[in-house]
Amino acid sequence: MTDVAIVGAGIHPFGRTPGRSGREQGAFAARAALADAGVGWSDIQFAFGGSDSAGNADALVADLGLSGIEFVNVSNGCATGGSALAMAERSIRSGAYDVGIAIGFDKHPPGAFNAEPAQYGLGDWYGETGMMLTTQFFAMKIQRYLHEHDMDPGLLSLIAAKAYRNGALNPNAWRRTPMSVEEIAGSTMVSDPLTKYMFCSPAEGAVALVLCRADIAHRFTTKPVILRSCVLRSRRYGTFEVFSPALAPERTAGPTTDAARAAFEQAGIGPDDVRVAQIQDTESGAELMHMVETGLCAHGEQAGLIIDGQTEIGGRLPINTDGGCLANGEPIGASGLRQVHENVLQLRGTAGPRQVPGDPKVAFTHVYGAPGISACTVMTT
Amino acid sequence: MNRSATTDVAALVEPSLFTTVDGDLSLLGSACATCATVTFPAQASCPRCTGADVAPRALPREGTLWAFTVQRFAPKAPYVASGAAFVPYAVGYVNLGDEVLVESRLVTGDIASLRIGQAVALVVESIAADDGESIKTYAFMPADETNGGRR
Repeated sequence: MTDVAIVGAGIHPFGRTPGRSGREQGAFAARAALADAGVGWSDIQFAFGGSDSAGNADALVADLGLSGIEFVNVSNGCATGGSALAMAERSIRSGAYDVGIAIGFDKHPPGAFNAEPAQYGLGDWYGETGMMLTTQFFAMKIQRYLHEHDMDPGLLSLIAAKAYRNGALNPNAWRRTPMSVEEIAGSTMVSDPLTKYMFCSPAEGAVALVLCRADIAHRFTTKPVILRSCVLRSRRYGTFEVFSPALAPERTAGPTTDAARAAFEQAGIGPDDVRVAQIQDTESGAELMHMVETGLCAHGEQAGLIIDGQTEIGGRLPINTDGGCLANGEPIGASGLRQVHENVLQLRGTAGPRQVPGDPKVAFTHVYGAPGISACTVMTT
Repeated sequence: MNRSATTDVAALVEPSLFTTVDGDLSLLGSACATCATVTFPAQASCPRCTGADVAPRALPREGTLWAFTVQRFAPKAPYVASGAAFVPYAVGYVNLGDEVLVESRLVTGDIASLRIGQAVALVVESIAADDGESIKTYAFMPADETNGGRR
């Protein structure tokens, strides 16, 4: 099996772009990624693409060119981008193809996501009685977590403040104004203990990544980023997931723990080696819990890391250096690919004012989606 | 609001979620004969062992609050009370006898008093819908507010 390299990365700014469709944003990102790799659409042998609210991703071929390639639409909730990348990585690692692209874009209406119960195998009653909300799940999961581990809810504001601080350094981020811990803690309560500015919002944006066999990467770039592993896992019995009318009385490790463990194992690299990480922060409690679920630290260690500034760009374990979902919003199809795009810049050393110092060599991403899907990558220079 | 646990199953939002035991309402789950796993709603196979030897099971009416939050903004449709009728409400997971944790609306006169671990009991809650009708569904209420579940 061959190794896989990322040789082109393109992004359309996240946030709100009135007058530009999700598909147009996707085409923008794809062209940027192709230009970055120095290839044309005609050089692309296959594509995996995802969009939740902006039409089928393969509609992009009308913009990019009807070249007859294998183009697969991917739909896997908030993990759509990570899933598209996992399939693209496998298509090259298996030897089936040499060069391909993973694309994600989206354009969601304002307001909370409004999932259909039937799409998740649930009766209409679940939505009619007011329980079909991702926000409730996030709130209950972090509330239970803080209770079990006797942790300070004040950490939630610190995490969000870091996200907006990093977003201010990212020209492609949506929310680029730093916000104080007091403003975040004092903003409207959405679902206790989470306030308005502790949540990310559905948004717009697009990312595309050109992948190839690592042994031909030098044809496209002098700084290939190697995708050491890309692992997708779904929930096992006993995990605590979104849209669950019932849970088992005893907890099992969730899909994030499973995917991260397998990703590190396949890469032959441990969590201690990670120098920059992008982990799912759909709300600030998610970052707190995912720090542990991914294996980046142990239960209870988060408080020290966060308060000491170790998860800041200049710290020992910089997390969500581009502002994460909190500062970028969440266009479902693109979100997981944004994380990988950020790590590509960080490993190339081209992240500008938000560049992690010390020439980082190992980076990690984690995305989580309903109803219990997780995708993780380990990337190196 | 009818907070009695005794009611007509056919009038509830989704009758298949409910059963009656000795005239009192219970939630209807299922139990696996092979590995004893309990699910809610009832299902025809076991999510743990994948077996199909599964039978209906009336769930305990009393439990303890395992986690909760408050829904403070109006959910979009299909929630039935998104409009002017929206009133913030609490939801949580209730541990029913260590058999299963059931997600439920919580009915209380004092949301701020909810605590993880507190005793709660099954009640029927009526949600006033935007169309002027109302729907009835299950909820749990702090046991010290229910007068033994027969208010």
